[in-house]
Amino acid sequence: MDVTLMLWIDAALTLMILSFLYRDNPFYKFAEHLFVGVSAAYLMAVGFWDHLVPNLLGKLFPSLMSGVVPGAVGRSPDYYYLIPAVFGMLLLTRLIDRWAWLSRWALAFIVGGAAGFNLPRFLDSDFIIQVQSTMIPLVVLDASGNLLWGASFSHVVLVLGVICGLVYFFFSVEHKGALGHVSRAGIWVLMVTFGAAFGYTVMARISLLTGRMEALGAWLGSIF
Amino acid sequence: MRIPDSILRIDRRIIFLLIGAAVCIPLILKPRFQDSPTPIVQSIFDTVERLPAGSRVFLSFDYGPDTAPELDPMAKALVRHTMTRGHEVSFFTLFPEGVGQIKKITDNLLPVEFPDKAYGRDYVNLGYKAGLGGAINTMVVNFRTLVNADAEGTPLDDLPITADVDEMVDYVIILSLTAGDPGLKEWIQFAGDIAGIPVMGGGTAVVAPELYPYYPQQLVGLMGGLKGASEYESALVDRYPTYRNATMEATMRMGPQVVTHVLIVLLVLLGNLAYFLGRSDRRNRAGRTGQ
Repeated sequence: MDVTLMLWIDAALTLMILSFLYRDNPFYKFAEHLFVGVSAAYLMAVGFWDHLVPNLLGKLFPSLMSGVVPGAVGRSPDYYYLIPAVFGMLLLTRLIDRWAWLSRWALAFIVGGAAGFNLPRFLDSDFIIQVQSTMIPLVVLDASGNLLWGASFSHVVLVLGVICGLVYFFFSVEHKGALGHVSRAGIWVLMVTFGAAFGYTVMARISLLTGRMEALGAWLGSIF
Repeated sequence: MRIPDSILRIDRRIIFLLIGAAVCIPLILKPRFQDSPTPIVQSIFDTVERLPAGSRVFLSFDYGPDTAPELDPMAKALVRHTMTRGHEVSFFTLFPEGVGQIKKITDNLLPVEFPDKAYGRDYVNLGYKAGLGGAINTMVVNFRTLVNADAEGTPLDDLPITADVDEMVDYVIILSLTAGDPGLKEWIQFAGDIAGIPVMGGGTAVVAPELYPYYPQQLVGLMGGLKGASEYESALVDRYPTYRNATMEATMRMGPQVVTHVLIVLLVLLGNLAYFLGRSDRRNRAGRTGQ
């Protein structure tokens, strides 16, 4: 597509979306609906050509798909793939009230499979190794035995922060006395975390706005 | 209406205008803010730098155009660095929209800045693969089951860069640029922690906070948002002064970041000041009414 035309479409859609900052209007609605429609169509096309064709049709009918699926030439059909094909079609029974219950079989398989697949990885990466990463020395020394103040302070903050945060979420005992103080410190740890996350979110949004402003600048530059 | 009340009831469109000005003015004036890499970014740079020339690097573009202003600068900096060091780069994506992001690099940046680098010998586009974390798992278990050709359908055996690649562990490092799920987290869970391949990369500022806990044990380094990209660019320019005249997008975009952050801090302070002044005003008025 012509670069100038692309710049004009880019700028027009950006201005339509930004017009919402003033108030809701038909231009914004048009751009919003266009975005939803194009995204849905794109994902549908990708779903067919990148999911169904290579992963299902290419396995069941390799000779038919040899032109679009690399490596399909000369491959014999793999009929085991009829099982996921049937499960996939069962999901579509939700569209028919009388047979909608059949879709639960496919959903049960998806939920069970995903849980079984993800549980060991999350348990290992997000729990065991994370616990291991928190078991660190509070006093850090260099090779010649000198105290590294910065690293030691950092480790102390990390360990205390984790303990205080965990205590805040420990509801089996009433948060009174010493436990109450630790729990209150846990709230501070959470607040600092949320503050940092907010700061990062601001950075992300401003980055995107900067990108749009640069696009508008390129458009204006093409006119003047 | 008193001043504190008028500040608290300020029209939100005035704030939009202020933010717009805070972004546009630095873009026009182009102020330079010198950045220096923090250890978490420097460790990525050092890892790429220390690899022997010709090392196989896996670079996954796990993002789409919606987050490109944040992640494109990281992609360009990493590609410039790996290509300058003479590494063999395999581009890949777990995002359907990532295909376009890879093409921007292979069609625009590489032919212009590295005309001597050839497709299939120095870099390859392995394209998009569906399956989220499952796709990574399959690649770790049996790479060729999932990836047997490049994005154009050329068999891996016909490309010099991938002819010897049979397993995921044939890559010495995995770099991922992440906008969400799937992304760096899945590369850590399904490739780094299982196969022991060093994982590193960058994430949008929104996903960065949830990736920091993986550093340094499971994640070699992380570029968090535009600031991380800017730090990597400064490390690149410091090490390779030839890039001093190249357009460093993240460094350029840090101007609007700094000005807008200062403005937001000022607005937060102003809002709090107006609230507390207004509260003491209301108390005084209530006291007088009570008398």
